[in-house]
Amino acid sequence: MKTKPLRLSNTLTSWVALVPMALIVIIGYLGTVLWTLKISVSSSRTLPTHDFVGLTQYLRLFNNDRWLLSLHNIAIYGALFIIAAIVIGFLLAVFIDQKVKGEGLFRTIFLYPYAMSFVATGLVWQWMLNPEAGIQQAVRKAGFSDFHFDWIVDQDMVIYTIVIATLWQAAGLVMALMLSGLRGIDEEIWKAARIDGIPAWRVYISIILPMLTPAISTAFVLLSTAVIKLFDSVVAMTQGGPGIASEVPTKFIMDHLFGRANIALASAGSIVMLITVLALIAPYLYARSRATEHKGAE
Amino acid sequence: MNVAATPGQGKRMLTSPARVGVYAFLISAAAFFILPLYIMLVTSVKPMEEIQLGNIFALPVSFTIEPWRAAWGSACTGITCEGIRGGFVNSLAITIPSTILAILFGALNGYALSFWRPRGANLLFAILMAGAFIPVQVMIFPLVRILAMLGLFSSLPGIILVHLIFSMPVMTLLFRNYYTSMPQELFKAARIDGGSFLRIFFQLILPMSVPIVIVATIMQVTGVWNDYILGLIFAGRDNLPMTVQLNNVINTTTGVRLYNVNMAATILTSLVPLTIYFISGRWFIRGITAGAIKG
Repeated sequence: MKTKPLRLSNTLTSWVALVPMALIVIIGYLGTVLWTLKISVSSSRTLPTHDFVGLTQYLRLFNNDRWLLSLHNIAIYGALFIIAAIVIGFLLAVFIDQKVKGEGLFRTIFLYPYAMSFVATGLVWQWMLNPEAGIQQAVRKAGFSDFHFDWIVDQDMVIYTIVIATLWQAAGLVMALMLSGLRGIDEEIWKAARIDGIPAWRVYISIILPMLTPAISTAFVLLSTAVIKLFDSVVAMTQGGPGIASEVPTKFIMDHLFGRANIALASAGSIVMLITVLALIAPYLYARSRATEHKGAE
Repeated sequence: MNVAATPGQGKRMLTSPARVGVYAFLISAAAFFILPLYIMLVTSVKPMEEIQLGNIFALPVSFTIEPWRAAWGSACTGITCEGIRGGFVNSLAITIPSTILAILFGALNGYALSFWRPRGANLLFAILMAGAFIPVQVMIFPLVRILAMLGLFSSLPGIILVHLIFSMPVMTLLFRNYYTSMPQELFKAARIDGGSFLRIFFQLILPMSVPIVIVATIMQVTGVWNDYILGLIFAGRDNLPMTVQLNNVINTTTGVRLYNVNMAATILTSLVPLTIYFISGRWFIRGITAGAIKG
């Protein structure tokens, strides 16, 4: 539809209606980001100052062991979490798609963790993984007295416990996305494959999987934003511990904003996060805007 | 949730051993997914002695609802020992207005963007969508300062405003997408009949938006209820939501950890979103897929 000349009063009303959105965009989003950018190049401690110290805070940030460790952690976590969530989600969707009985029940079970808060689920996992009270203890009492499962208190393994707990929470989401993708696939493909005698698993890997690219890329974007945001689960499960072994960037930033009163360093950290996010999603958004241009619709 | 598999005739009929494999996989996966919920439930009705002696997988021998009572009314959150009852009330006080206002603004934005298309609005919308990806940490400190200047920091209106800010991208997107797929003819007819901006919105568009309002309500209630970080920072001590109080209950216990009380508190905190999830079924999934920034 082409824009038509509108009557002045209605044009005005439609503008007025968008004032809250404009305010939120200009002050809430653009303004706060610029403000944080400005703080990140100042020497602010507890309160913002107006001096300019260039990239000093960024240099300090990348010489900070805690920050480097948190980057290291989030990289390991992110890679494992995203890959595993997509693989598990895909498998669950494929198995559910075999015309099983009780499909609704399975779907409900796989997705319910996603409805719960990260704090709540983090606490349950913290408890299950607690060596003195949880799974280790239960298995030992069942007779396997040298059974070991104490990752949550092991500095080298703790990040994997967070992977497990958040996977449990997010796999159902990927399943739901994949399943709706599978349901959109033309039945003719299956008929053709059957006539050619191609085994079902081959069809899934070589034909169906490539067709699920939109669902996978949506899942990828959702999961990567979840990775960047990772905070609640860590706070609820380990509080960054043992020691600082499960430190993540969001927690580093929050600690420096509120606990350690170093807002300039925290702001530098958050700008680094923002740049990472933009670098991650830019290709996706670009590809999508290209796709919609090609379709010519909306 | 009901089974409504697409009746695609003659997909692949698997042989029966394969069939067994499919069910074995699904059932063991389901067992893994259900395990934490099972442990929460059984633990929350066991007395402490039983928890210390037995194992976490065992069913309760002597059943008690005392932990639930304690979690609700007398568990200690930091200094006070009033359970998470207060948090429940606070979460309601935060969630209800945050949901209603977010939907109202989302619908109004979507309506203006897709039917009236004022000049420059698309640029605003594009920035708003990019905003959906900004990590909250980037915005937190300036928001704290802005709210403090407005005298809203650590107050109920403050936390509601913050939720409005963070939910606006997805709410606007949801309604805009819904309205762009609606036929324009109806709107045009209403325009010709001289309907004003607001009249068309309230009398024509809004009544036709029921499905998307349901989806938006599910998403917003779950999202706001489950929020932790914003409530922690912006709500202030008198308005701490249930999630924050839950974390306090569990991480400030001195002496023996009351696992049964903790588990009961965890279930209580998850009760609202879980209920919504179990009741809403497919609507919930629709919310996820629609909210997945599909443009």
